Amino acid sequence: MTNPLATLPVLRRLDPAVLTAFGCIVLLLLFGAMRNPNFLSPDYLLLQLQVGSFLAMVATGMMLVILLGQIDLSVPWIITVGGMMSTAAVGWGPWGATFAIPIGVLCGLVFGLVNGIGVAYLRVPSMIFTLGINAVAQGFMVLRTGGFAPQDMATESMHDLATGRLILGIPNPVWVWIAVGAVTVFLLRRTVFGRAIYAIGNRETAAYLSGIRTQRVVLAVFGISGALAAFAGALLAGYSTKAYQGMGDPYLLPSIAAVVLGGTSILGGRGTYLGTVAGVILITLLQSILSVEQIPEAYRQLIFGAVIVAMLLLYGRGAKVAA
Amino acid sequence: MTDQALTARHGGDWRYWFGEQRGTLLALAVFIAMFAIYTSNHPAGFSADVVTTAANKGVLLALVAMAQTFVVLTAGIDLSVGFIFILCNCLASHIVLGSAIQTTFGVIGVLAAGLACGALNGAIVIYGRLQPIVATIATGAAFYGIALLLREQPGGDVNEALADFLTNQFPGGIPASAVALLVVVLVIWIPFRKSMLGRVVYAVGSSESAAYMSGLHIRRAKFIAYALGGLLASIGGLFITFVTYTGEASLTNANTYTLNSIAAVVLGGVSLFGGRGSAIGAIFGALIFRTIGDLLFVFDLDPLWQPLFLGVVLLISVCLGSFRLIRIRNRLDLFG
Repeated sequence: MTNPLATLPVLRRLDPAVLTAFGCIVLLLLFGAMRNPNFLSPDYLLLQLQVGSFLAMVATGMMLVILLGQIDLSVPWIITVGGMMSTAAVGWGPWGATFAIPIGVLCGLVFGLVNGIGVAYLRVPSMIFTLGINAVAQGFMVLRTGGFAPQDMATESMHDLATGRLILGIPNPVWVWIAVGAVTVFLLRRTVFGRAIYAIGNRETAAYLSGIRTQRVVLAVFGISGALAAFAGALLAGYSTKAYQGMGDPYLLPSIAAVVLGGTSILGGRGTYLGTVAGVILITLLQSILSVEQIPEAYRQLIFGAVIVAMLLLYGRGAKVAA
Repeated sequence: MTDQALTARHGGDWRYWFGEQRGTLLALAVFIAMFAIYTSNHPAGFSADVVTTAANKGVLLALVAMAQTFVVLTAGIDLSVGFIFILCNCLASHIVLGSAIQTTFGVIGVLAAGLACGALNGAIVIYGRLQPIVATIATGAAFYGIALLLREQPGGDVNEALADFLTNQFPGGIPASAVALLVVVLVIWIPFRKSMLGRVVYAVGSSESAAYMSGLHIRRAKFIAYALGGLLASIGGLFITFVTYTGEASLTNANTYTLNSIAAVVLGGVSLFGGRGSAIGAIFGALIFRTIGDLLFVFDLDPLWQPLFLGVVLLISVCLGSFRLIRIRNRLDLFG
């Protein structure tokens, strides 16, 4: 065997892209530690994981969609729907306040399922259909709030879920991330549904001919993506104590970038959840370093774009065209 | 060849042309119908001023939609097109100023910047072999960073004589912006479509591996398509500077124009799978999209309902292609 890593059973199963992503994380940590010794303190790192867990919710849904060979561009406003509807539920009395987060997630699920119907049954390219749903979700929210940022406050329990540290001093969102991640890994590796996602991503016709009800799987995956995006919105509303328009805008590019930097093929059918975890941590650390260094927004955007392109050139390149 | 055979072949040519241009012609028909409804309900009626205002707004999106078309024809997508647009807007508010010569160099500078942005996208996608959707999202962030560097706060100025000349009317009430758009079509799109290069772009969009096997220079053609996309976006950026007299690094504008350009391209009959459609269709797609917004205005719809209504119209229009599903007899064709 030529690959020295192949001799170690654990490493052999790891994608080189995932290893590269983790390598980049180590480099970023070293760089951060050189600039500021506090960078490696447990408190700071836990804070990064806490902030990253919001992105992780979105990226998890995005990864499932990308594994199908599709994309979900409706994420920004579904996050906002999740945030706004869960805080709005508080105003509906004690019943609404109790079920605030489920109500937000349910609204996201509905939008996600509409995405799924468009992509799976109407066969509209996901890129354009989810853009349309994004516009419709925006339209509903503008209509509901009258065009102003509503002062809807999050409930105590939402705030606790997003900022508290219930167990072992680890922030609650990180526990949520671990739970969602465990379910996702189980789904992808141990269930028929998960294998069907990979199969559809490789070739939907072949998956259909092997007896998979591909359209239902696509519908379900878009539903999950919508629900997770809305859940991220509810968590974010709890974190910043209120929901506002445009709260989802900074999450579209990072969520796609996290999935792709984690080695998932944008063409579908290939990728691991571990890679997405690496991608989320990578993006979160990069954004954190850029803000700690107090670099102006303009340079931050510039560096962010350049670093993503550079990393993709490192290991995300496609195959050469051949007959 | 007998005369009869010759006529038959000409008939076939005509049918082929019609089949190829169906999307464009449909978009044209829809636009004319909508614009007729719009002007007949407008308080000022079909006047030169109404048409000029509509043209100025429509041309902006039309130029960005043309930019998108070049890339979509290669079966790619440019999600940075709105960012090139505002980057060029910010740049133009700095350098398209002063004397005639300075202004000319300023315009050339802006066009060159757009061309460079497009070429960068092309280089990354083609020579770096990254997926266009991811690569252009990332370059879009970088372009936005540069735009912010150029204009942290909205402001700047532009050569007002040139701006007024291009946004007013020519004698006879013809909107100058529409003439400018026509010039862009005649100088850039038509030569491109007629050239070998244009044909290669269509071939690549239809089937990249078939084009490769035919010995076509697919990489060069795709690269030039991306670069021309950047150039068209920069013309759009120049134009918004002429309309607003300022430069603004607005993230909202960048996102809106990117999304609307994709919608316009689809409405104009350009296939997102590549190889089908034309920039002229995309222009009418853009005009349709703009007219929808104007229609809401003349019919006095509550402004709060507008975003939702536009979104629903966008969603329905992208679903129109689904009617083909009714004719499918073999379920396997669904996945094709």
